[in-house]
Amino acid sequence: MILVYVDHDRGEIDPISLQAISAATALDPDVQAVIVGHGGKELAGEIAAYGATAIHAGHHVDLFDFTPRAHARAVHSLIEKNSPRAVLAGGTPRGNEVLSHVAALMDAPFASECVSIVLTGADRADIVRARWAGNMLEEAVVVAPVLIASVQAHSFTAVAAAAPLSLTEFEVPLSEGDVLVRVQDRVGSSAGGVGLAEAKVVVSGGRGMDGPDAFSMLEDIAGVLGGAVGCSRVVTSAGWRPHAEQVGQTGTKVAPDLYIACGISGATQHIAGCKSSKTLIAINTDAQAPIMGFADYVVVDNVHTFLPLLIEKLKAANQK
Amino acid sequence: MEIAVCIKRVPLLGSAIVLTPDGMAIDTSKLGFGLSPHEECAVEAAVQLVEANGGSVTLFSMGHVDGEEQIRDQLAIGADRAVLIDTNGVEPDPQAAASALAEAISTEDTTFDLVIMGSESADYGGSQTGIRVAHKLGLPVVTSVKGLKIEGGVATCERAVGSIREVYTVTLPAVITVRDGLNIPRYASVPGRMKARKKSVDIKQVTFDEPRITTKKFTIPDREAKGATSLGSGDEAAAALVDVLKQIGVLT
Ligand SMILES: Cc1cc2nc3c(=O)[nH]c(=O)nc-3n(C[C@H](O)[C@H](O)[C@H](O)COP(=O)(O)OP(=O)(O)OC[C@H]3O[C@@H](n4cnc5c(N)ncnc54)[C@H](O)[C@@H]3O)c2cc1C
Ligand SMILES: Nc1ncnc2c1ncn2[C@@H]1O[C@H](COP(=O)(O)O)[C@@H](O)[C@H]1O
Repeated sequence: MILVYVDHDRGEIDPISLQAISAATALDPDVQAVIVGHGGKELAGEIAAYGATAIHAGHHVDLFDFTPRAHARAVHSLIEKNSPRAVLAGGTPRGNEVLSHVAALMDAPFASECVSIVLTGADRADIVRARWAGNMLEEAVVVAPVLIASVQAHSFTAVAAAAPLSLTEFEVPLSEGDVLVRVQDRVGSSAGGVGLAEAKVVVSGGRGMDGPDAFSMLEDIAGVLGGAVGCSRVVTSAGWRPHAEQVGQTGTKVAPDLYIACGISGATQHIAGCKSSKTLIAINTDAQAPIMGFADYVVVDNVHTFLPLLIEKLKAANQK
Repeated sequence: MEIAVCIKRVPLLGSAIVLTPDGMAIDTSKLGFGLSPHEECAVEAAVQLVEANGGSVTLFSMGHVDGEEQIRDQLAIGADRAVLIDTNGVEPDPQAAASALAEAISTEDTTFDLVIMGSESADYGGSQTGIRVAHKLGLPVVTSVKGLKIEGGVATCERAVGSIREVYTVTLPAVITVRDGLNIPRYASVPGRMKARKKSVDIKQVTFDEPRITTKKFTIPDREAKGATSLGSGDEAAAALVDVLKQIGVLT
């Protein structure tokens, strides 16, 4: 049996969790899901549609919003009761956090961000995991009677596979230490406009923009295309733009239909955040810049003279 | 306030990763080294807290002894002293790494009010060392923090989840893991660099627990060669670009 921790936010399932369920069904048809907190058990139908055969919905009067260690306690109590061969979760901040707590409670290894998992024996698994935000892969052997692993976002496809459902509710056995750290409040983002992570078009600027002022051109372009402005880390470290706009390994990962990189060189850590873009256009004075190798279309020009020309043509096209 | 910060030396990659012929390591012969931005923010946060509240910042770094250079860089921005755990070229798995870090932190004479770490290391990306260290030290842990305020021994931490921010509070002592964007790390000043030369870096040896995750080899995932279409430059390129935008449907 494989146990999958399903992450949800007040009843909204994280899609990476469904990918984790599909990764689990490929290992063993007996996949059971654990879901904790407010709004969890209402999601049973949605989870069953991806092939989980049983859902364990954990509740406790002290559990409403996310409470990392309590969620781990819920998973841990099911491991002790039902002895799964493996425990999986989506490789998201919460998925990795909960499984880290589970692994720490059990003093067991935790293979995070896996792109491939093969169970090779009673206590052995061959895994491939992402290092450097997916720019490098590690093939490794994990020795543990219960494999604890998270799956890297989008490395497995969530496949619909309706299974008969059994829903069990259980009270999570909590101690005081499990609820010390919990969400106390939620603050809405003040950012108006299109969110970077969801934007269909991202217009990004790097060091080549030479300062904060030129970003108004990127805002104009994003405005016409209904997109969001992004940037490289050089730009956020210089304080030209807020960190919320940083694309890359330590910023936001985006997957838009179109990514326009203006004056960005294409460092590995920046590419880690934009490599899933459907079309990438690079504008750079240097035809040899690494970003040119990732691009579908390239313009070899100076952003300060080229972007005004582009904006003029975009506005004209938009008015027609 | 006594603060411990865990930092890890990593190679500064360019636009491509080159492996050694046996596939067991990154070829770092032409690379410089630095820290993950998350950890640079961790040090900056610690230095700011000590500037405001008094106390001291102790750095803990585990890896190659050459990492002393990166440690001195952080002493130069205001950390007070450091402990370097020499791995003798062995890369411990996350469990062994966390045990060794927790051991080093708990055997210091100083009792720390706060341990700050990165949310994930740049190279390994295990996302777990902070939580494991917290369990070993018997402390609560808040992760992936991008906003931090400490008042009256209570830390208020914010972290981004989708489009909202979650707020957590935790009573010190605690472990907090932070993300890039928490602050803008300062550059070292010349006097800072001079002072850093005199600060103490204790080198410790450890024997690691048996690894339970054993690396077999590294590979670099294939990138599809895109063979970019050049649109030229100037006016002509601007017109061609508008056509491309229409073609792919982002401009109607
Ligand atoms: C662990 C780690 C994590 C990191 N995470 C991130 C991350 O999340 N996101 C990120 O972006 N970076 C990240 N970085 C930093 C990254 O390595 C690079 O330093 C950064 O991406 C470079 O930004 P850039 O392309 O804007 O600047 P540069 O590399 O300096 O490139 C500037 C480019 O602009 C071009 N140019 C200059 N002038 C003009 C002009 N007038 N017109 C047109 N083109 C021009 C140049 O030819 C050059 O190609 C990380 C680094 C580390 C070590
Ligand atoms: N070798 C190390 N030396 C010092 N700190 C480390 C080391 N490895 C991990 N850490 C700390 O643990 C954090 C998370 O690492 P990881 O669990 O590998 O993603 C890092 O950001 C560091 O703060």
